[in-house]
Amino acid sequence: MAISPRYTREIPHRYRLEAQQFECGAVTLPNRYICPDNCCKKSKKITLKGKGKILTYTIIYIASDQYTRATPFAVAVIETEEGARLTAQVVDCNFDDLKIGAKVELIFRKIMEEGASGIINYGYKAILV
Amino acid sequence: MVGIVGYGAYVPAFRIKASTIADQWGDDIVAIERGLLMKEKTVPGKDEDTITISVAAAKNAVKRAGIDPQKIGAVYIGSESHPYAVKPSGTVLVDALGIGPNVHVADFEFACKAGSEAMFVAYSHVKSGNMDYAMGIGSDTSQGAPGDALEYSASAGGAAFIFGKDNVIAEVLHTYSYTSDTADFWRREYQHYPRHGGRFTGEPAYFKHILGCGKTLLEKSKMKASDFAYAVFHMPNGKFPLKAGEILGFKKEQMEQGWLVNIMGNTYSGSSPTGLTAILDVIKPGEKVFMVSFGSGAGSDGFIFKATPRITQVQNKAPKTRDMLNGKKIYLDYGKYAAFRRKIKFLE
Ligand SMILES: [Zn+2]
Repeated sequence: MAISPRYTREIPHRYRLEAQQFECGAVTLPNRYICPDNCCKKSKKITLKGKGKILTYTIIYIASDQYTRATPFAVAVIETEEGARLTAQVVDCNFDDLKIGAKVELIFRKIMEEGASGIINYGYKAILV
Repeated sequence: MVGIVGYGAYVPAFRIKASTIADQWGDDIVAIERGLLMKEKTVPGKDEDTITISVAAAKNAVKRAGIDPQKIGAVYIGSESHPYAVKPSGTVLVDALGIGPNVHVADFEFACKAGSEAMFVAYSHVKSGNMDYAMGIGSDTSQGAPGDALEYSASAGGAAFIFGKDNVIAEVLHTYSYTSDTADFWRREYQHYPRHGGRFTGEPAYFKHILGCGKTLLEKSKMKASDFAYAVFHMPNGKFPLKAGEILGFKKEQMEQGWLVNIMGNTYSGSSPTGLTAILDVIKPGEKVFMVSFGSGAGSDGFIFKATPRITQVQNKAPKTRDMLNGKKIYLDYGKYAAFRRKIKFLE
């Protein structure tokens, strides 16, 4: 559960797709201390354009508590045009239309609600384009 | 010159047909379609609310304006379905778009008129010289009680408008507002569904305010209905806006482009603003638009816009409203619709 401090801390990457580009060229979202190839630590901030393609996907029928009302839903590993690889739900689609290689766009949606009285978490999901 | 420099709309992909709702409650679909002129309406996805709809519309407005979001000095979201009772919708939006923190933000509420209210204040800021750019948004994910006539119309969508002085695409020529205390429609705190005064929502509420505002706006501007290429009015159903427009002297051809209600439903605070975006999508330089909103409680905001030569440069920079309405559609049956809209109780 994303309590308020974490929710606030994650706003730049969840809301605006602010990512890192490491010295070796690797692009990551969310931010990390060392690049995925373990070769460098220096990075600069870049903002992803929100366009990419599906590398792989699955349909979730049984989810953790916060997501039970959202089932069934699709989750995909997406590679953005900049080369960042991220996991996101793919929404507003018929599951039959999901394909490896399908083009997607990242959009701003509600991720989950922390019960009936807690905060509402927003962030990125994907739609087929 | 002060006016709109960028506009954008958003409607969800999900739909329910009027016939599906009529089947559920045993209503006469022929009478419904003839009485309300409604075929289908938009339904928000489970992960959509006033904030996400506003963000999507605002992003389209920024694309058309082509400005740095940091230059926007005020953001106002008008809605009757803000997700939080306490915690603004606008703060989420400014952080999602990279506006601020040097920005004035407020959430507005005035039944279906909250969107035009946000536009009115945003426009006034720029006109007064208070700031270079200000954004007004109207968006809603409205609910009607199961079996209530409102269920045929209450839908989801929104529109955003950035006002400015440079690179104006539609100049604001005149504005006028008309308001009185009228108990036609309301929702008390902690209540899930609104209540309304049935037939009282017509003559003493909708028509009194739309016509009161519209007539004075025409007088003030010294214009007549035939001076306008387009007119758009708040659309609680299909019939009311066409009737109000006719009384004011407008012809069906002037109202058709902005009349989205038969395939969109009533997007409440987003209703006439979304209709305006559909008009801006096709308008030609020099053409004028007459717009009157309505919010229960009750009041109307009127605007007269005139398209500038720049309009043609921005129309294709973001998705067009009618393309979104006629594009991807996912139809829901009543059971799925009830679950989507939380009309059935789940284990918390
Ligand atoms: Zn590296």
